[in-house]
Parts: sequence; C-alpha cells; structure tokens
Amino acid sequence: MAFTNYILVCGGTGCESAKADQIYQNLLSAANAEGVHETVQIVKTGCFGFCEQGPIVKILPEDSFYVQVKPEDSEEIIKEHIVKGREVKRLLYDKSESKKHARVEDIQFYQKQFRIVLRNCGFINPENIDEYIARDGYAALEKVLFEMSSDAVIEELKKSGLRGRGGAGFPTWLKWNFTKQVDSEQKYIVCNADEGDPGAYMDRSTLEGDPHSILEAMAIAGFTCGADTGYIYIRAEYPLAIGRLKIAMEQARAYGLLGENILGSEFSFDIEIRLGAGAFVCGEETALLASLEGNRGMPWPRPPFPAVKGLWDKPTVINNVETWANVPMVILKGGEWFTQIGTEDSKGTKVFALTGKIRNSGLVEVPMGTTLREIIYDIGGGIANDKDFKAVQTGGPSGGMITKDYLDTPIDYKHLQGLGSMMGSGGMIVMDEDDCIVDVTKFYLGFTVDESCGKCSPCRVGGRTLYNTLDRITKGEGTMEDIDKMRSCGYAMQKASLCGLGQTAPNPIMSSLKYFEKEYLAHIKDRSCPSGRCKELISYFILADKCIGCTACARKCPVSAITGERRKIHLINQDLCIKCGICYEVCKFDAVYVG
Amino acid sequence: MAKMTLEELRALRDEKKKDLNKRDVADKTKQVVIGMGTCGIAAGAKDTLNAFLQELDAQHLTDVLITQTGCMGLCYVEPTIEVIAPEMPNVIYGKVTPDVAKTIVRDHLVNKKMVSEHIFDRPAADIIDRGGK
Ligand SMILES: Cc1cc2nc3c(=O)[nH]c(=O)nc-3n(C[C@H](O)[C@H](O)[C@H](O)COP(=O)(O)O)c2cc1C
Repeated sequence: MAFTNYILVCGGTGCESAKADQIYQNLLSAANAEGVHETVQIVKTGCFGFCEQGPIVKILPEDSFYVQVKPEDSEEIIKEHIVKGREVKRLLYDKSESKKHARVEDIQFYQKQFRIVLRNCGFINPENIDEYIARDGYAALEKVLFEMSSDAVIEELKKSGLRGRGGAGFPTWLKWNFTKQVDSEQKYIVCNADEGDPGAYMDRSTLEGDPHSILEAMAIAGFTCGADTGYIYIRAEYPLAIGRLKIAMEQARAYGLLGENILGSEFSFDIEIRLGAGAFVCGEETALLASLEGNRGMPWPRPPFPAVKGLWDKPTVINNVETWANVPMVILKGGEWFTQIGTEDSKGTKVFALTGKIRNSGLVEVPMGTTLREIIYDIGGGIANDKDFKAVQTGGPSGGMITKDYLDTPIDYKHLQGLGSMMGSGGMIVMDEDDCIVDVTKFYLGFTVDESCGKCSPCRVGGRTLYNTLDRITKGEGTMEDIDKMRSCGYAMQKASLCGLGQTAPNPIMSSLKYFEKEYLAHIKDRSCPSGRCKELISYFILADKCIGCTACARKCPVSAITGERRKIHLINQDLCIKCGICYEVCKFDAVYVG
Repeated sequence: MAKMTLEELRALRDEKKKDLNKRDVADKTKQVVIGMGTCGIAAGAKDTLNAFLQELDAQHLTDVLITQTGCMGLCYVEPTIEVIAPEMPNVIYGKVTPDVAKTIVRDHLVNKKMVSEHIFDRPAADIIDRGGK
C-alpha cells in the first residue's frame, strides 16, 4: 500500500530538546492504534529553521505547518488530520488566520529564503541514505568519478565563485588547486565542524539534517585533490550531529559510496570522525590541525598554508561544513547556475543563525546580497516586544556592530567588511534599545579573553588590557584617554596577533567606538549608562507624582530597601539598594525611574 | 545491501525518487480532494483513495496532488471527490468506486474529458473564501 500522508517531525537539536522524539514516538503509536500506519509515513527530519516556534510538525500533501506541538497533541493529529482529513486548527501557525497561513510558502519566515545548503533539511530523513539518494544525492560524486577530470572539477568550482563559509571567504577552488598541485603520496581532506561562534548553529543543523551531503562533498574533494582519507573535526557537544554522521558513514560504506573502489571505480576514500573539546581557537584551521594530530590546540604561523603543508605536514584541504554542503550542488547544477545567485563578489547563499532580541529566531538561508533589513524585519519579524532596533552583530565575537543607518546594506563579504564587521560563520545577534553597547562589547571581549590560547602576546596581553579597560568604563571609572588607548591597543592586536582570534578580537570595540562613541562618553563623562544596564552607574528612584502607595515594590524588594505605608509615597534607601530592578518590573504605574 | 555499481545506484535513485516526489507539493498542478468524513469512509473512500494512488502510478502521473478533506455534504452519493485541474472546471464526482476512480484518472486527468454520469453539484455556494483556488 502506498502512503497518502507524510508527517515530518523536526529532529533538530532545538526541537529534540523540546520533546520532538516523544512526539515522534507518540505519532507512531497513535498511527498504529488507529490502523493508519500503512498509509502515513512518519519521518524525523533535520531542522526546519523556524526554531522560535518549535517543535514543528509538517504534514504533506496538505502542507500543514503545525507549531509548538506537544507530545499530547500526537493522538489528535492522527485521529483528526490523518484519519478524518481535518487539520488541527489550533496547532497551525498563526492561529487567528485561516488555513492559508499554515502553508509553508505563506509564512513570512520562509518567503525570502532560498535553500541550497539546507535543501534537504526538514524534508528527508537524515538517517536514511535512500532518501538522500532520491534527492540526487551522490549524483555529483557519480558525475565526478565517471564523467569529469579533476581539472574539470576545479574549473567548475572556479566558475561558480564559491568562497569559504567558515569566515575568511577564501575561494574554494584555489585552495583545492593548491593541494591538487602538490606532489605528495598522502593528502588529507578535513571538514571543520567546530562551530565555536556563540549563538551560531548553522553547521550543527546542516550535519543533523543532511549528513550525507558533507560526506559526498569530501569524497569529491578527495578525488579532485588526490586524497584517500578525510577527517571530520566536530565538537563533542554536538551528540546528535555526531550520531547522524556515524549512521550516514556506515550506510555509505555499505553501499560502496565510501571505502575501497567507490562504485567500482579506481577511487578509494574513507572518512573518520574526530571530537573536539569545544575550544573556540580549535576552529582556526592550523589550531584544528594541531588538535587533530593530538597536540594542544594552538595555531601556527602561516605560511606554510595547510593546503600545502597541513595535517602531519601533508597537503590538506580544510573547509567549513557549509562550504562542503554547497559543493555537490555546484557540481551537479554547474558553476554557471551558482553564479546566478548572489552578488558580484559573493555567489550563492548564506545561512544565518538569527538570535537575540528578534521575534522569529531561527535558521535562515538567503541569497547573498539580501539586506540586513530583509533578514531582520521580513524574515525575523522585527524586534521582539516592539522595542527599537539598536544594532546587529554579525560574525560573532570576531565581527562588528552594524547600526540602523546601514540596515539596507546588501550582505556579502565585501560590504560587511567595509562596515568593520565580517561575514564570519553566520551568527547574527540582534540588539535592542535595552542593550548597553559597552556592556555587550565587554561580553564579547570576555569571550575572546577566555578562549585565547595564550601563545602570542598581542592576543594574550592585549585582550586582557581591553577587557579590563571596558570593565572600568562600565563601572564609571573610565577616563577619556581610555578611548584612544583602546583604539591603539586594538590596532596593535589586529596587526600583530598570530591568528584570526587575536586579529579579530578588537572588532567589537573598534566598531562600537565608531558607531556608538556617545554611549562610551556617557559612561565616562556623565558616569551614566543610557540603557540602564551597568549596575554601578544606575540608581532606582520612586517618582512622587506617580506612586500611589500600592506597596507592590516594597513587598518584592529582596533586601527590604523600600519603605512606605499603604497609600503613601514610597522611598528607596540607596544605601541598601542592590539594583536588581525588581521594583521597576513590578510597578504598574511607571513610578519607578532608572537614572 | 551490498556495495553498489554505478548502474545499481542509478536504478535505486530512480526508484526512490518516485516515493519521495510524492512528498513534494511544489510542482503539482492538479488536485484530487477525497471526502473522508465518517460517511465517506463508511462508503469505501479508503478504497477509492487507494485506487487513485494506484492508477496515478500506473499512468505515471506525478503532477497530481491527492488530499483528503471532511464530508462534502453529499452523503447520499459517497464516496465523493473533487477534481481541480487547469483548463477544466472544478468538478465534484459522486459514487466514486475504485473503478470510477480509475476512469476519472484516465478521462478527466489524462484526456481532459469529464465523466458526466458521476458529476454532482456543489451542495451550496462556498461562503468561505477559498483563498483564490
Ligand atoms: C578563532 C577562529 C575560529 C574559527 N572557527 C571556525 C569554526 O568554528 N568553523 C569553521 O568552519 N571555521 C572557523 N574558522 C575559520 C578557519 O580558520 C578556516 O578559515 C576555515 O575552516 C576554512 O574553511 P572555508 O574556506 O570553507 O571557510 C575560525 C577561525 C578563527 C581565527
């Protein structure tokens, strides 16, 4: 009997942690109980990207999009939707609207998106190689092995203009070509799945949702560059992705798509997984290779570049997960096709993890050249809680802040760099009016100071100096000289650090000094924090003309710093106040003032 | 499954593609909606549905979307279905047995000819906007 309905349950980490597996199990048993298990196929897929509304369950062919599903809802979904053909209206996205809005193509979140990297995420079962194959999986490998020369592969990549998605944006064809041209018995292919950028999870979701695409791409590189061994370096904190990769590798081996004489050809290639311990610097390619060799994860100066002298001194191609995921499509559809998407210097798409003060946080894939405004307002639904937009940080701790005035900037490598930020791996953190720029900058610096490996002094000493300065400013102890000192210290780090970590660590400071100097000055000159975040610089007061004496604040104050009788104006004892802000939150009459 | 040759991989892909295509709603231009209310199911709508699926496979039609809906209000002629296809009026068919289902696929969907003896009127004008269907 054929299937008439398909239920796709999101199996990404976000939805899994919200009981997606239980939903899946309950759907299976409900389908059995109702006797419809032969007509409905229930599949656990990769991330749908709409994480804000997870767990997500999508039903085909109706294309009903159920959000925030709970395990208890499974029975109703089977009984109503599958057996009777009636959509469960209360679970549809945007419940106030009619059925129209439950269709995936109608949801704003998906409208500007274009999926190359995430082509299979949320559609196929990542644990079933047949489904990947049915979506033209391994067809690119097939084409390369039987119809193309290694030169032709390089040529196609060159035509496509594909650049690395791990941060630096280095042309992929060039890197492969370096390795290809070196004469060496042994070469290696490495997938960088370290993804240390806080708030970023593009690579994890790609691996969880479509692991075979990475294996296929690595084999293509192996053929092209003359390597027979690949390593996937992935952080141990990604158990689901690791599990799915292992399953995928086993299946690929069983089918003869990895291993000796792939598809009966002369070409042999296999892949191993190596777990990282989650240090940010181990995402940097030379530190990653050191870690792969079993040494402490510290970078080495380049040149020599890994493409020429990498893992165990052998020529090594190292690419980011998202870069790899693009490769099969470039080969299959041609470099020409790929150039039609994107901008002059940046071809194809980019996946972003949209987080922070945004209404629809989630994973989005857009053509290069899409503007920040489109991502934040059209796809992301704007700022949460109707607050005002303040800035967006791209490129994580290595990037910079971009302000309102630049929201119409098309996103590509060149433009982001021009703004003092960078593409980075794709983290995108949105800040609103309540965020203090100095405080956020301090957070990023705190991160890079913690993650610095300590090998070179510009990064080790410079980062600490910058952090301490920011810390003083947030406490109202900054001086005007600090501004210039931070600028010159940052400049020195950018120029003199050994690796990208130290070179980019000052970016949040440099860009916020440029766009938000006023906020720094408020902290230094006025000893005040305009957003009311820096505790040392703010005080809470009760406004006499607004307070009605309801006692709500006094009852909630954890240190009993508020005095006042019922129906009388209350008063905060500044000596006792710990500035927790609870009084401000509980007052219904806007009588508590932060200044 | 043992290690595959190129030919085996291609054959497997073609076979699995058929299954997976059914999941893809994007390029379906025609639609068959099957009334699967209690009345429809009691009158054999499930068999009708299976007959449609089998015949679509047999005729190699991949652009038809099969969906289910509740009772269409024509309980006296169940199973009822609606066929929506370009260049043709939307038609409600009643008393659609598995055999009739096969005829509908061949005549209506393939040859663009209506199966007149099974056409029934919509019970009432649709007062809810059908969203431009
Ligand atoms: C501090 C630091 C952290 C990095 N972290 C990652 C990472 O998590 N994932 C990644 O793919 N690249 C990361 N990179 C970039 C890599 O060094 C390298 O450029 C990349 O793996 C090359 O692949 P691509 O050309 O496909 O982008 C990092 C770089 C630096 C300096």
